[in-house]
Amino acid sequence: MGTSLAICRRELRAYFTTPLAYVFIVIFVAMNGATAFFFGGLFERGQADMTSLFSMLPWLYLFLIPAVAMRLWAEERKSGTLELLMTLPVSTFSAVLGKFLAAWVFSGIALSLTFPVWVTVNWLGDPDNGIIVASYLGGFLMAGSYLAIGGFVSALTKNQVIAFVVGAAVIFLFMMSSLDLILAAFRGWAPVLLVEIVQSLSFLVHYDSIVRGVIDLRDLVFYFSIIGVFLFANVVVVDHKRGA
Amino acid sequence: MRNLLAVRGLTKKFGDFTAVDGIDFSVSRGEVLGFLGPNGAGKTTAMRMVTGFLPPSSGTVSVGEFDVKTHPIEVKRRVGYLPEGAPLYDDMTPQELLTFAADVRNIERSSRKTAIESAAERINIGHVMHQPIGTLSKGYKRRVGIAQAILHDPDVLILDEPTDGLDPNQKHEVRNLINEMSADKVIVISTHILEEVDVVCSRAIVIASGKIVADGKPRDLEAQSVFHNAVSLRLKAVSDDLLSRLGSLPGVEKTETSEIGNGEFSVTIFPGSGATILGSVSDFLKASEVIPEQIHVERGRMDEVFRRITTNSAR
Repeated sequence: MGTSLAICRRELRAYFTTPLAYVFIVIFVAMNGATAFFFGGLFERGQADMTSLFSMLPWLYLFLIPAVAMRLWAEERKSGTLELLMTLPVSTFSAVLGKFLAAWVFSGIALSLTFPVWVTVNWLGDPDNGIIVASYLGGFLMAGSYLAIGGFVSALTKNQVIAFVVGAAVIFLFMMSSLDLILAAFRGWAPVLLVEIVQSLSFLVHYDSIVRGVIDLRDLVFYFSIIGVFLFANVVVVDHKRGA
Repeated sequence: MRNLLAVRGLTKKFGDFTAVDGIDFSVSRGEVLGFLGPNGAGKTTAMRMVTGFLPPSSGTVSVGEFDVKTHPIEVKRRVGYLPEGAPLYDDMTPQELLTFAADVRNIERSSRKTAIESAAERINIGHVMHQPIGTLSKGYKRRVGIAQAILHDPDVLILDEPTDGLDPNQKHEVRNLINEMSADKVIVISTHILEEVDVVCSRAIVIASGKIVADGKPRDLEAQSVFHNAVSLRLKAVSDDLLSRLGSLPGVEKTETSEIGNGEFSVTIFPGSGATILGSVSDFLKASEVIPEQIHVERGRMDEVFRRITTNSAR
């Protein structure tokens, strides 16, 4: 655990010593504002809530989170520092966990910087702050599960662009899995149970219920399971790639 | 003395290609082992397995009582490693990198500062500690990599081409450092600079096509050279008569002559089977009133031995 924290600290510092962190945060906050006000119609809706922001968040994350995750392993592999890292007394799991936590904390910092919108709706009206807190939690959990997927994909390649594109594609499939676009591919041949399992994997379905203010244990379990499964897969890939 | 590092039947296959093919060796405290071999011979792959970066296809590596397969973390704690090319995090400063390594290696907070300062001082990087590593020259990067490897005063120090990219002064410093540290450690360095083996290593292993083709003291390797105990002369003039008389001296097998410029010639007189021929050669020169510009006895040429044993086995 101690080594995970050491790695987490190093990774977090790496985000902030390169322009990546600042570029990401500025674009993330600006686009959140823009989508909330223009596409989400924050003012036009005439309601003091943050639904307009949180309904756009999964789509912003779809391409911003893979940008945070793409460097996690691909960069180490490309520059050869993976050899330095993995010959320190660090288990693969601690390294995977440390890197994931750093990326998650970083995206949490970016998410928390949307607080002016929260302040604004409180100033203009009387929103249900419980729902807003739940929504932030939902957004944070979604970022975590996207990052776990992105980190796993990053471990598969040396190339950060490939890590970005493939990561975004995999996340997109998970998002869409409740829609006919994906389900139709299964309905023809798969048993009903499998179709329902695929349907239940959708990020959007679980996210929607949290954003409505309902924190259901099943939704939390869903997000943490996704994170757990992909971190495990990440460990397997890092070990396997070294062995090959 | 007990062997601190023991390698048994170590093998690595990448698909059909066998990079390292059943190598065995063990090293005890106080030894500095030079790992020699042409590029692509399997030196780096072997070191990666010893340090736990690559899992072996078969064979074992143990450091003290710990096997790298079953106790990788314990082994890595006791090993300091400079990987080939000294890969480092370019966006960090040496200070940050060493702090990170100390952090991961669980060096107590109280002794952390001293450990970092002493590693930095020993390898002489004190004045670049706060510059991003990406902006440092190749020589400094290499030395930051070495500082990282010696930070925790490891029992086993493994350096893959530690002096690559250093200038002659820096090479000298690094070799001194290795000599200083060698007393109570196992040190393994890989290199293709043969002079280095003479200066720092107490033992040399030559590896070619994944197999060990020679293992012994550098002097023993040199003694395998056809130049071992040969006598070299520098002469102003050479005649066929002189050469044939030199060639028929007792113990002499053959002579070789080449023109080295300024009207001077170099004559090398090879003894049969490493016999000592200096006495008879100098007596002969005195008797025939030939005064050489220079005369010396060859210890043997490492590069010639290296070339012979590594190319034979590669065919």
